[in-house]
Amino acid sequence: MEPFVIHTGKVAGLDRVNVDTDQIIPKQFLKRIERTGFGQFLFYDWRYLDDETPNPEFELNLPENQGATILVANENFGCGSSREHAPWALGDYGFKVIIAPNFADIFYNNCLKNGMVPIYLDKADIEYLLDQSKSADYQCTINLKEQTIQDNQGFTRSFVIDSHWREMLVNGWDEIDLTLAYEEKIANYEKQKARA
Amino acid sequence: MGKTIIEKVWEKHVISREEGKPDLLYIDLHLVHEVTSPQAFEGLRIKNRKVRRPDLTFATMDHNVPTVNRFVVQDEIASKQMSTLEKNCQDFGITLADLNSPDQGIVHVIGPELGLTHPGKTIVCGDSHTSTHGAFGALAFGIGTSEVEHVLATQTLWQQRPKTLQVNVSGALGKGVYAKDVILSIIRKYGVNFGTGYVIEFTGDVIRNMSMEERMTVCNMSIEAGAKAGLISPDETTFSFLKGRPYCPNGIEFEDAVAEWKQLATDPDATYDKVVELTADEIAPTVTWGTNPSMSITIEDTIPAPEDFDTEVDKRAAHRAYEYMGVTPGTPISEIPVQHVFIGSCTNSRIGDLREAAEIVKGKKVSPNVRAMVVPGSQKVKKQAEEEGLSAIFVEAGFEWRDAGCSMCLSMNPDVVPAGERCASTSNRNFEGRQGKGARTHLVSPAMAAAAAIYGKFVDVRKLETASV
Repeated sequence: MEPFVIHTGKVAGLDRVNVDTDQIIPKQFLKRIERTGFGQFLFYDWRYLDDETPNPEFELNLPENQGATILVANENFGCGSSREHAPWALGDYGFKVIIAPNFADIFYNNCLKNGMVPIYLDKADIEYLLDQSKSADYQCTINLKEQTIQDNQGFTRSFVIDSHWREMLVNGWDEIDLTLAYEEKIANYEKQKARA
Repeated sequence: MGKTIIEKVWEKHVISREEGKPDLLYIDLHLVHEVTSPQAFEGLRIKNRKVRRPDLTFATMDHNVPTVNRFVVQDEIASKQMSTLEKNCQDFGITLADLNSPDQGIVHVIGPELGLTHPGKTIVCGDSHTSTHGAFGALAFGIGTSEVEHVLATQTLWQQRPKTLQVNVSGALGKGVYAKDVILSIIRKYGVNFGTGYVIEFTGDVIRNMSMEERMTVCNMSIEAGAKAGLISPDETTFSFLKGRPYCPNGIEFEDAVAEWKQLATDPDATYDKVVELTADEIAPTVTWGTNPSMSITIEDTIPAPEDFDTEVDKRAAHRAYEYMGVTPGTPISEIPVQHVFIGSCTNSRIGDLREAAEIVKGKKVSPNVRAMVVPGSQKVKKQAEEEGLSAIFVEAGFEWRDAGCSMCLSMNPDVVPAGERCASTSNRNFEGRQGKGARTHLVSPAMAAAAAIYGKFVDVRKLETASV
């Protein structure tokens, strides 16, 4: 996994609640056996019209949102299916950070496992970011080590992320490698269980 | 102070607990299917890693499989996904219930059916409806593909200890009111994310008096409330369901297991981080009208008005749902015609569900305006239903009788609802596009779905005569 320390990028807003993973990556695209190449299908049913041309009204198709790497979303983002294809699609499309008032649990975990930073902010801050994101050159900087997000207009907030996952992301560590170092403990647990 | 079953099962599985880290949790059973596993096996190959405990891993194919002419998979990419699972199971020594196996079926149906699911186990699967297995008092939750790979390689997961949430359902359900109505009513009352960050324990007389199949329906949809898992303390109903199942201990070993399982139930003096309540008299036959499982009403209600929603954001979501679903505020749900009926999915495809539907269908005909299908949850359920004469009841009425699979719950296989058409569905998600682009899903109980097939619209099953089957 690529380390994530500091990222500055353009912000896109998606002001909808309960965006489920079926919308993020519809099921017809789950049949691939690779982790890559899902960006082209991100939000497919919202992003394209019936004739497969881009839907000009969909948020990510708006001119001001082109090239965005930070997505600001609303409540309960990523609910529904456990499909990791959702963060794969968001990442492949170009997003590195997702900001929302709250996330569905499995989606949140899936982001962490893919070097993508999910950030919780208060609703008022989300409103502010959604509003600012309407301007084409609006950018934010996320410093994961410091756990801060700021823009160039004086907005600065610190955010909460579990220290364990922060370290994993900042260092780009392989989680399985880390766990394999616990081999003795795992084997002991299994032995005890077998005796019980 | 006493402990909840959630804490008891968790504590028994902690391998390592360190300051500043999540717990390292041991996983007792890992269920695998074709859609969320190929990238995990590929990851193992790249790093030259093995599956640590193939004996604790069990695979089947369900999401992609055709439910008619099942050996002819016309979708080449789907076919590749299935053959990839076959190869992966072969290479890594994992038992696979493939299309030729009498054990094949929806992963959350066959786990309990084969007796792989036990009280007190930690169970994971790359599928959010893994919460189903919680009906047995297991701690069962859905994981992503990276976690699938992690479990394959280490048989463990790093997990934050969840908070505990009691959902108590008191009273007694009336005739024509089912487990599906219970869970839909809970989600309507408390919302699609009241469970986020929690594991739910369902308690109360309504839950206690349910069969295992009904309990599975309730636990299955815990994820639709945002919960990590949902479970029920095991009791005699649980033990008698499991007795004699192929992967359950036998004889004296079974008695020993039961004695241990009895210890798991939540202690009388245990407390939860949060408690919510529902009474049986709040629950009536329920139909979803919108695009998430909380957007539901009873059969006697009308589509809600924008003013019925508290926040601006919810009002906007309601407007989107009216448009997508093609419904107008104030319309009685009983006046809405349906063109498709789907009885199936990991929520409602077990033998009890099919009996419930057959009681409504027996001796009647499917409306000429409706295409209706029954997709049993497993090949075993299919066989049993055929032996009991249920399939004959469905077929005589005009239902299609299919082979086991996820089918129209998510329409990854050819079972798709066309755009703009409505489906009364016993599945778990009414999200936009779930059953096909532009398809309109109304979630209901098997009895309500069966009645919708006969009458071509939603009817109050409490008022219908039921036949014995």
